[in-house]
Amino acid sequence: MSGKAVDGIAKMPPPDIARKVKGLSDRAIAWIFIAPTIFLLLAINIFPLIWTIRLSFTNFRANRFNAEVKWIGLRNYERILSDPDIWQTMQATAHFLFWTLFFQVLIGFALAYLINKKFKGNDLWTTLIVLPMMLSPAVVGNFWTFLYQPQIGLFNYVVGFFSGVDPSSFSMIGSVNLAPWAIVIVDTWMWTPFVMLICLAGLRSIPDTIYEAAECDRASKWRQFWTITIPMVLPFLMLAVLFRGIENFKMFDLVVQLTGGGPGSITELTSINLKREAFEKWRTGYASAYAVILFVTIFGLASIYVKALNKVKER
Amino acid sequence: MSGFIEGLLRFRRGSWEMLASLLIALGVFMLMQPFWLVAYTYSFMVTLIGTVMFIIVSHFQE
Repeated sequence: MSGKAVDGIAKMPPPDIARKVKGLSDRAIAWIFIAPTIFLLLAINIFPLIWTIRLSFTNFRANRFNAEVKWIGLRNYERILSDPDIWQTMQATAHFLFWTLFFQVLIGFALAYLINKKFKGNDLWTTLIVLPMMLSPAVVGNFWTFLYQPQIGLFNYVVGFFSGVDPSSFSMIGSVNLAPWAIVIVDTWMWTPFVMLICLAGLRSIPDTIYEAAECDRASKWRQFWTITIPMVLPFLMLAVLFRGIENFKMFDLVVQLTGGGPGSITELTSINLKREAFEKWRTGYASAYAVILFVTIFGLASIYVKALNKVKER
Repeated sequence: MSGFIEGLLRFRRGSWEMLASLLIALGVFMLMQPFWLVAYTYSFMVTLIGTVMFIIVSHFQE
């Protein structure tokens, strides 16, 4: 058989498919392929979003299905935006968000910079550093609760050993001043490796030739760091901040396991407060309005962040 | 600054996106600041206006 004939046979669709698909345009076939995905997206994301927005204007309670649902306009939004307790949870979230991002970026980048240097046992150290990220947040929360025990906890012992303070004289989880820092420490411990990995990918993507050219121009190490390393890792760093920022904005499991929002409500982040409103107090309409406020905030922040990220990439 | 205002008057994407971004950032700051309850009350409105504006103006010409 000649080459042309073989090519022709190879290009022909199998007879069954050809018969079934006959008459359908390429566009129609493309729609058939993407329709299930679009349907799932509508069913899982878009419909619940629209339904939540609708519920946010009502007094609906999920535990009272038979009760009459009244349209109350913007009253849920008014209540949330004038409630000092929710304002307090916003501040707790801001504190958590700012300091976790600050420490994770700082330590994550420093670790990536060190790991990027070639030394013996490099891979072993990378694996060890990455381990906390692979644990379940529930497990991490539980064992840090033990580490923070004033009497037997290793954390208090280490702090006492280096500072001379009596380990049983302070409680990280029980103190109003220390509890916000306790959750920051644990989240930083758990998620710094994630930032490190992303920074490491950025550092490894920088070609050696750029540093060699800089060496030829007698640029100092300090100058190379600020004019080559930082600008080239910046898009990766920004991506890490975006991922961690969104994740930490909706942080729930780790903090619930660690402090349960206490003492009082000093570590009650927005997601914990939202869950209480929705599934403990059963104020579904109110909780929906709360969720819409958080959604718009995250969406707005993510929009400007993605724009900034694109600008950095274009440079 | 004059370029920014000119961009706003001519409905250019860059200037309007900048304005929308500023509104979103201001709204988020108002939402999470610990100083002024009134600012917290109006924070959502500012963020929402900024976000909707951002979606619309990102379709403007460069």
